[in-house]
Amino acid sequence: MSQVLTGQVDKTGASVHQLRERRGSPMRNLLSRTPVWILIGLLLVVEIYPLLWLLLSSFKTNDEFSQGTFWAIPSGLDWQNYAQAWTSGMGTYFLNSILTVFPALLLILVISLAASFALEVMKWRGSNLVLLAFLAGVMIPLQMVLLPLFTIYFQTQLINTRWALIITYTAFGLPLSVFLMAGFFKSVPRGVIEAAVLDGASIYQIFTRVALPMVANGLVTIALVQFFFLWNDLLFSLTFISSDELRTIQTGLLNFSGQYGQVQWGPTFAAISLAVFPTLIIYLILNQQVIKGLTAGSVKG
Amino acid sequence: METLLRDRRALLVFIGQAVLVYSLIVLIPIVWSLIYTVFEGSVISGFQFVGFHNYVALFSDKTFWQALLFTLKYAVVVTVGQVGIGLLLALLYVFYLGKASGLIRTLVFFPVVLPTVAVAQLFSKIFEITPQYGLVNSLLHVAHLDAWIQPWLGQGGSAFWVIAIMDIWRSMGFYGVLLFAGLVDIPSDILEGARVDGASGLRLVRYIVLPLLTPILFSSFIFSINGTLKVFDSVLALTNGGPGQATTPLTLYMYTTAFSNGQYGYGSTVATSLAILSLFVTLLVFRSARRDVA
Repeated sequence: MSQVLTGQVDKTGASVHQLRERRGSPMRNLLSRTPVWILIGLLLVVEIYPLLWLLLSSFKTNDEFSQGTFWAIPSGLDWQNYAQAWTSGMGTYFLNSILTVFPALLLILVISLAASFALEVMKWRGSNLVLLAFLAGVMIPLQMVLLPLFTIYFQTQLINTRWALIITYTAFGLPLSVFLMAGFFKSVPRGVIEAAVLDGASIYQIFTRVALPMVANGLVTIALVQFFFLWNDLLFSLTFISSDELRTIQTGLLNFSGQYGQVQWGPTFAAISLAVFPTLIIYLILNQQVIKGLTAGSVKG
Repeated sequence: METLLRDRRALLVFIGQAVLVYSLIVLIPIVWSLIYTVFEGSVISGFQFVGFHNYVALFSDKTFWQALLFTLKYAVVVTVGQVGIGLLLALLYVFYLGKASGLIRTLVFFPVVLPTVAVAQLFSKIFEITPQYGLVNSLLHVAHLDAWIQPWLGQGGSAFWVIAIMDIWRSMGFYGVLLFAGLVDIPSDILEGARVDGASGLRLVRYIVLPLLTPILFSSFIFSINGTLKVFDSVLALTNGGPGQATTPLTLYMYTTAFSNGQYGYGSTVATSLAILSLFVTLLVFRSARRDVA
């Protein structure tokens, strides 16, 4: 019975919608919907207004902060704040984030791609055990590994270098990536792989020519999910990086507002905007993929 | 065919790096951290074997209990807030917005991807009192509610709520989408049948929608509680644990013990207790869920 029912799942929920609209007159319908629209309006104000306020404030001069009201619109587009934020650190932090996040992303993609191919397509004993070991890592608080990692990097003199971050990011990006990627490989039809084997392809050719093209979309999803995780990392950067010229965006911002936050609001707001808007732009362009990727990670992870 | 997919050397080529990197950076440090718990000292000052002294010390450490209490309180409040508001959002999307909910979902989801420190800076400006009133205090001033104007982040009690509100604000859209996905999977003829039988509004939600949504609600709870027990970024960026120790969770307590005080052994013990706590809470949620089903 339940199978019959789920067979008819209506993914849009549209019929629920139609059903409700059949009841009552249009007028009553309109009235009954008004509270909902107020609620939605309130929701949007709560979600969007703080960001709008941030953007507006980043263009205000110091005088406007001390004299004007808080929600006043800035008198002009004062790019001075941005210039000051960028030259007094944010530019460097930006560059550092790029120089640590993107190498790590590349490593995560290559390593997890190969590993999940081995886990999902190749046949060997213990593959389940390895997959389980990867998953176990997701549960452990990061605080458990900080001290040993600090010791390792200290002894190998990797402490306070970009390498410490790249290596750590790569390792901690693996569990979720391997897991999601294994899911993508699972959906590759076995028949295609078998046909390639019969045609005399080597295992490496199967990997590069057969399996890889079929999971290419999955790579984009994983890259996006991991990008947000790594770009927003605070703990590792805080622990392994001590010199200001190597700080990444999150620790840099923490430091920046510590220095300027109390006195110079304009540059501080500009710095926050600089940290926020790259992720905003990526999100606005690819929002459906980002949402799908991030939520898939949570349910499965 | 079989031999090709069982090729040992190829296997090593494919999975070798992953296992190596993961073992070195994740698995071995976990074990290493457990070993640290029976030592005291730091990488700079050297180590001394102390047996179970660190564990015993936990019990009489008032700051530890305070941090534990904060962590639990925060985890409960924020998990209920995130999943609860997420559920309301999901119901709103499905039952009131229908197909038009895409844009709203996208907008409400947006704070999820923002850097925590940036969001925390934003919130600390919103709740600021000196040198200028922030958004909240300004609004109170305009509304002639000057008696309510206060240093929101300067008092343990209100600072807790600012952190909680910020984290709920940040992630409610995430749980909204997660539960929305579960809701649209509910077969519409079940809902239709229930309506024909006279169920509507809250009763429909209570007796039909929620039971069918249980599996996804359950994973949302597990995910949320595991995240909130490990809260670090938001607290560090918003209050840095202050005023005093009032808003210090276990993660931050571990961090200051280990890195500011150089007590690696004790820091690891706090971290271990956090790991045990999350495992215990997860199992607890699992067990209570099973009882519900039975």
